[in-house]
Amino acid sequence: MDKNSNLYTFIYASILVILVALVLSFTAITLSPMQQRNIEVEKKQNILTSVSIESSFENAEELFSNYIKESFLVDVKGNKKSGDAFLTDLKKEMSKDLEDRNFPVYIAEKDNKKNIIIPLLGKGLWGPLWGYISLEKDCNTIFGAVFDHKAETPGLGADINKEWFEKPFTGKKLFDKKGNFISITVYKGGKGAAKIAGDLEHGVDAISGGTITSKGLEDMVKDCMKNYEEFLKKSKIN
Amino acid sequence: MDPKNKKLLTNPINIDNPITIQVLGICSALAVTVKLEPAVVMSISVLFVLAFANVIISLLRNTIPSRIRIIVQLVIIAFLVILVDQVLKAFLYDVSKQLSVFVGLIITNCIIMGRLEAFALANKPFPAFLDGLGNSAGYGIILIIVAFFRELLGSGTVWEIQVIPNFVYEMGYQNNGLMILPPMALIVVGIIIWIQRAKTPELIEN
Repeated sequence: MDKNSNLYTFIYASILVILVALVLSFTAITLSPMQQRNIEVEKKQNILTSVSIESSFENAEELFSNYIKESFLVDVKGNKKSGDAFLTDLKKEMSKDLEDRNFPVYIAEKDNKKNIIIPLLGKGLWGPLWGYISLEKDCNTIFGAVFDHKAETPGLGADINKEWFEKPFTGKKLFDKKGNFISITVYKGGKGAAKIAGDLEHGVDAISGGTITSKGLEDMVKDCMKNYEEFLKKSKIN
Repeated sequence: MDPKNKKLLTNPINIDNPITIQVLGICSALAVTVKLEPAVVMSISVLFVLAFANVIISLLRNTIPSRIRIIVQLVIIAFLVILVDQVLKAFLYDVSKQLSVFVGLIITNCIIMGRLEAFALANKPFPAFLDGLGNSAGYGIILIIVAFFRELLGSGTVWEIQVIPNFVYEMGYQNNGLMILPPMALIVVGIIIWIQRAKTPELIEN
């Protein structure tokens, strides 16, 4: 057949595309259970890291069932609701009306110390950001934080998942002394920027060269924590 | 090895380097060279994709209709990249998390299209394979050299390990913040080109 004829070109393109599509969809379907499991284990590892429990890929599921004693959903008014927190998709909840949203909460218990763990979801420069923040029993002081991202710039914004960025969140407070919700502010200007701004209670240093990611992270913490404000205030009294 | 084949492998590393001589793939050289680790991951992924895309295109070279050859090349590149990504997500999840950022970058890397168009379409599979290896090695070497200096001077680390001792910082030394911004990658590449041209007589123009 003439290689330059329209028919040949058309058939060639169709066969090539169908072949490639078949191979790719076959691979995607066969590998999907394994990929799904990796994502679940990673989620469990992240939750454990937020309360300073080291885990490996192999023991994450066991540790998770040992330490995460309770998980439930709350609405924006702070009332408990039934449902599986682990399977709740925060992204879907965010697209609902504010009153209908259910927010997952996990309670970790280690050495008789309880910590509340709250999942976060937000936007960075190139894609979604997410993370977990665990709180002391006063429901105000941050006990630990872990963040991750899909596609932030390597070496710059991508460093939000590094320990040196996450560590300074520990000990920061969400509410001021009067009980107003303040959240955490990320200060631009390199190492010590929060100190220079005089905001050691609620401030951490941003990443140099990763300003948009840092700001996105600040918004994420603020917006997500705002949803739990009522729940945290109620839990404090108990 | 046949000297002609050997040249396919060694030329792109020096006198026909895709970055410093052909000036291809500059965007990714700017984007992923802030730290050494992503630069190495990127180099390995380009090596895989380029070598196999070259072989596949070379095998198909007599059947591809010339009017849609660019589209065929793109389909093959995208196919390989997605395949690698899927397999890594299932078996090497940690690596895949680092790589996911680069998937888009690999598809748009002009070295790959350039080699498919210039070499694989006109040569047998084995030389095409060698050409792919050589060019991605030439690309990788420059990436790694640039990333080494940018990480060392910009963050004071090599492969995330601190190499500049603390007392140097106490004496007033500071990391050069400019090194982590893209313009410095261009300047480092420029310096490499300068050194390479000064050292290689074949490249000196009148």
